[in-house]
Amino acid sequence: MSDLALALRRLGGTVTGGVARLGYMARFLGAILWQTPMAFRRLHLTVREIYFSGVLSLVIILMSGLFVGMVLALQGYEVLQRYGAQEQLGLVVALSLVRELAPVIGGLLFASRAGSAITAEIGLMKATEQLSAMEMMAVDPIARVVAPRFWAGVVSMPLLAALFSAFGIFGGYLIGVRMIEIDAGAFWGQMQAGVKVWPDITNGVIKSIVFGAAVSLIAVLEGYDAKPTAEGVSSATTRTVVISSLAILALDFVLTAFMFRGVGL
Amino acid sequence: MWVVRVTAAASPQTSTPACPTENAVVLDAVTYGYDPRRPVLRGIDMTIPRGKVVAIMGGSGCGKTTILRLIGGQLQPQAGRVLVAGESVPDMDRDALYAMRRKIGMLFQFGALFTDLNVFENIAFTLREHTNLPDELIRDLVLMKLNAVGLRGTAHLEPAELSGGMARRVALARAIALDPMLVLYDEPFAGLDPISLGVVGQLIRELNDALGITSVVVTHDVYESLKIVDYLYFVSEGKIVASGTPDEVRASSDPFVRQFVDGQPDGPVRFHYPAPPYHKALLADVE
Repeated sequence: MSDLALALRRLGGTVTGGVARLGYMARFLGAILWQTPMAFRRLHLTVREIYFSGVLSLVIILMSGLFVGMVLALQGYEVLQRYGAQEQLGLVVALSLVRELAPVIGGLLFASRAGSAITAEIGLMKATEQLSAMEMMAVDPIARVVAPRFWAGVVSMPLLAALFSAFGIFGGYLIGVRMIEIDAGAFWGQMQAGVKVWPDITNGVIKSIVFGAAVSLIAVLEGYDAKPTAEGVSSATTRTVVISSLAILALDFVLTAFMFRGVGL
Repeated sequence: MWVVRVTAAASPQTSTPACPTENAVVLDAVTYGYDPRRPVLRGIDMTIPRGKVVAIMGGSGCGKTTILRLIGGQLQPQAGRVLVAGESVPDMDRDALYAMRRKIGMLFQFGALFTDLNVFENIAFTLREHTNLPDELIRDLVLMKLNAVGLRGTAHLEPAELSGGMARRVALARAIALDPMLVLYDEPFAGLDPISLGVVGQLIRELNDALGITSVVVTHDVYESLKIVDYLYFVSEGKIVASGTPDEVRASSDPFVRQFVDGQPDGPVRFHYPAPPYHKALLADVE
């Protein structure tokens, strides 16, 4: 009985702790949105963070997109040829990338590359008292440090996902048309006819914006909330990658469920 | 535990007759604890007259930095009053607090320079944030502040390229960028070589006098402090255990002050952390 009580107490503690953390996260998001006009008065800060989060993530995003597209083409051709539908390869590659893989894999890579860097940077600023110094100079760190990084992530993520898709389709083209020698007209024609702006492209963009916001919020929160020690910053960075990855996968399921229902599938 | 005793019962005003009556900072029966059940500060009374350099001394973890954070409004006292320029800091709303902080400069223990900005931009930071001055004027002001700390030639350097002493001096230039009425120094001498230590100490005194500001120096460096300050408070176990002018401190026979000034390993501040009797601990396994 005491073991059961202990287990229930732990479960209750975990649940209430999780709810409290979500509430804290919502309040933090509220503070970011409140300070956003102040942050946008210094737009160069957000542009600078777009460079650090977006431009510096380009290599990993583009290379991953290329290889994912190539693998998709190989796997897709293997299945499609069984049914004599290999000319649909372009459509399969494009839909897979635009609707699902670019936002999800792009989001996971963004969390690993940019999210962890944002957490580490803010955590180290806290550990070296730079955030305290800013507060003592009557400058709100949420407006000066957190909000520009958050919005940079929201802006960068859909652009990175679009580039991921573009390079993935190019990878599919290299394999499908150049290597396997599927007809180029069929490859591009099927893709052009089958991929719709709404729901395919728009839904992919919506997903990537939501993932960008989620990863950026988790990254800035973990950094801002990190214990001001080397170990604290290290743990916060790890938490950012783990929580962001899980959040992307969970949000992907929820968004996909809503989007499929929306198009009547 | 030793008997709490104040060597110089008089306030700084009476000890330093030339000092104006108006006080820059007043702490009145301030109590604060990060865990309310274990207060770090217990009923601290402190008066810091305008225009003076006052040191707050004590061992590591005695609550010195907490006092600075209370003065700056980063912490709220659980009891007592904190007044800066006559205004109650805990009662200020956010706008009033930020308005007050614009009149306060703070030098952090290791400088806390912004690592993504170079030396020039670090000092220009508050000027850009709080004023609409043209770039040419900001440039002149930054160079004047850097010149005051002897580092005009470092304007283009990154913080990582500075030595510890230089970083502290740049942080000092940043702290005075807006010509504050009060500057708070958190361990300004920690980790500095003797030359840098002397330079920073002298700068604190000279800038205080030249700019007519008030300085609160939290430190455990007795010798450097005695050379530059007007008044000292000794804090231990959350209370002020002694205070006085440098001459009074040098002449003091108070056990705490003597232990602190002479650097004795044992005294009112015990060498051993509280523990069960030694022989019992050693024989515990045998028994």
